[in-house]
Amino acid sequence: MLNELFPTGMSHFALGGLMIGLGISLIFITTGLVAGASSVFSSSWSFLSKAEFFHQASLKSSRNWRLVFAVASIAGALVMVQLFDVDSVITQVSGWQLFIGGLIAGFGARFGNGCTSGHGICGIASLSIPSLLAVLTFLFTAIVTAQLMSAVLGGQ
Amino acid sequence: MNPLMYWLSIILGGALFGAGLTMATMVQPEAVLAFLNFDNFGLLLVLGSATTLTLVVYQLAKRVMQKPLFAEKFEVRLDKGTKQTLIGAGIFGIGWGISGVCPGPAIAGLGTGNWPLLLTLLGMLLGAYIQGRWFNR
Repeated sequence: MLNELFPTGMSHFALGGLMIGLGISLIFITTGLVAGASSVFSSSWSFLSKAEFFHQASLKSSRNWRLVFAVASIAGALVMVQLFDVDSVITQVSGWQLFIGGLIAGFGARFGNGCTSGHGICGIASLSIPSLLAVLTFLFTAIVTAQLMSAVLGGQ
Repeated sequence: MNPLMYWLSIILGGALFGAGLTMATMVQPEAVLAFLNFDNFGLLLVLGSATTLTLVVYQLAKRVMQKPLFAEKFEVRLDKGTKQTLIGAGIFGIGWGISGVCPGPAIAGLGTGNWPLLLTLLGMLLGAYIQGRWFNR
């Protein structure tokens, strides 16, 4: 039963999840900041664009720590691959899927004020009902989309 | 306020976030798509363990600490809970289902040398720009 649900094992998922939660928790108890990932895609535009939206207080005042958090996450991934025996895998998902999927997900995450980490981890941890509903909504549309794609493209 | 410790904490927290995503293979779109296609339910373990730990720490911290260690106040996530939240979430899921990449892995995954994720990163930046310029609330 478990082998069918988790054909690649369970421990790396649980341990990885705990590390993700530890990072977000550490930032909260030390700085009070809520570390969702997707806001950096809006806040960083304040460095480049003069558009008023990107200069609102909540984005502009958080742009530095969000960028530092993002760069640190790249470094953390790099350390993981270099120091530990973790596979570095280059994805075979096609370029148009990666780009168009990113475009739509980036738009939606910012329109809906959160993504998997923002609504999913931080939102639920804040006992936010809107975030819980957002998570159920994006899990549903993602599952439907991915299964339709598999049916059309002949499986991943 | 202790600037050095404040920034070191963000760096260490971000590094743990990226390392965890790597350990959990969430930086591989294939692993996410395997969940969305019901071939491997590991993603639920990742989300479940990360959320449970964060839930305990968030709720305890606000009760037992008057303020964060190196800053003045605990931030509260803004949840207006409007129709727009759900529409945005629905759109986000469609994009996530097409690529198998959400924002955290699109960034952190680059550290594993998974360079095609740059396409997703660019797409997300562009999507956030379009939202901010023409579809902001």
